[in-house]
Amino acid sequence: MGILFYISDFMIPVVVLIVILFGVSKKTPIYDTFVEGAKEGIGTVFQILPTLIGLMTAVSLLRASGALDILVQVLAPITDRIGFPGQLLPLSLMRLVSSSAALGMLVDIFQEFGTDSFLGRLGSTMMGCTETIFYTMSVYFLSIGIKDTRHTLLAAILANIAGIAASVWIVQMMFPG
Amino acid sequence: MLNKLWGAMILLAILTACITGRVPQLTQAFINGGKDAVSLCITMLGIVATWTGIMKIAEKGGLIQLLSKKMSFLLRFLFPDIPKDHPASQYIATNFIANFLGLGWAATPAGIAAMKEMDRLNKQKGRATRAMCMFLVINMSSIQLISVNMLAYRDQYGSANPAEIVGPSLIATLVSTFVGVVAAKLLERRD
Repeated sequence: MGILFYISDFMIPVVVLIVILFGVSKKTPIYDTFVEGAKEGIGTVFQILPTLIGLMTAVSLLRASGALDILVQVLAPITDRIGFPGQLLPLSLMRLVSSSAALGMLVDIFQEFGTDSFLGRLGSTMMGCTETIFYTMSVYFLSIGIKDTRHTLLAAILANIAGIAASVWIVQMMFPG
Repeated sequence: MLNKLWGAMILLAILTACITGRVPQLTQAFINGGKDAVSLCITMLGIVATWTGIMKIAEKGGLIQLLSKKMSFLLRFLFPDIPKDHPASQYIATNFIANFLGLGWAATPAGIAAMKEMDRLNKQKGRATRAMCMFLVINMSSIQLISVNMLAYRDQYGSANPAEIVGPSLIATLVSTFVGVVAAKLLERRD
């Protein structure tokens, strides 16, 4: 497991180093290019801001009303049985539909239990290995008029469940206690 | 879909608050929800812009094209139905590399182009080919080197070490992608 800590620490510097060295070797105007890319990144963040406001507000209303707690309690018999923390189930389900709403739920977990708690770390890891399946499928398949999507959904959901299970296992191994 | 979901979330919240007697908290959440989103976006602006800036260098310098060319071996295994040197392969490779590096904006256009090229090889229009299913399953199992957005979220909410989840996340996405590929390969044999 120690190697994973190294990966976490060194991944960003190594990637940046490779990119910069490569850019220099190709005589790319690296600073100008950086600024151009940063500008695009700022545009992207502003584009998602309205969605984020809408969905994060909806999630915080659900939290404040007590509806999320009730949902977790209702689902507890199932989640306890499979050894999965019930507080993260709404997040896992929401992640399939909307990444902004899922983010709202993750923030809720950060505020409730702390970013560096077991649930905070697990939520962070899980968010990275799942995708908004329904949205992605409709964008790609609609673009070429496919109606019969065959086994795509089933395989994607299996991949998703595997990713979540792997997250639970790795986070328990890496951060015991 | 989101129209219904969003409406349902808000209505459910208001109704529940009336029953549980937490209306004052609900009102407070209504005021704070948007504020939280804005301050999160401000943290994201810094991290995301730095990352997209660095990645623009990778794109302009030709690193992304170079990596996509190195992928042909992998693509032959994943997509045996796509002939060698078909334009679909190039788009698929670009989409995978862009997703891997966390460049959503570069991934989606390449992905759509890949789907269009794969549809040219499609003998039964309107029905997904094996290659399309495989492509989308890999896309949705979201193999990613570093989730930069996640670093921003964790930083915003006070993590002592926002990057500590980079290693575990990488393993988790490898597992989900592996299972997705195996599932797609097995399921495509059914018909």
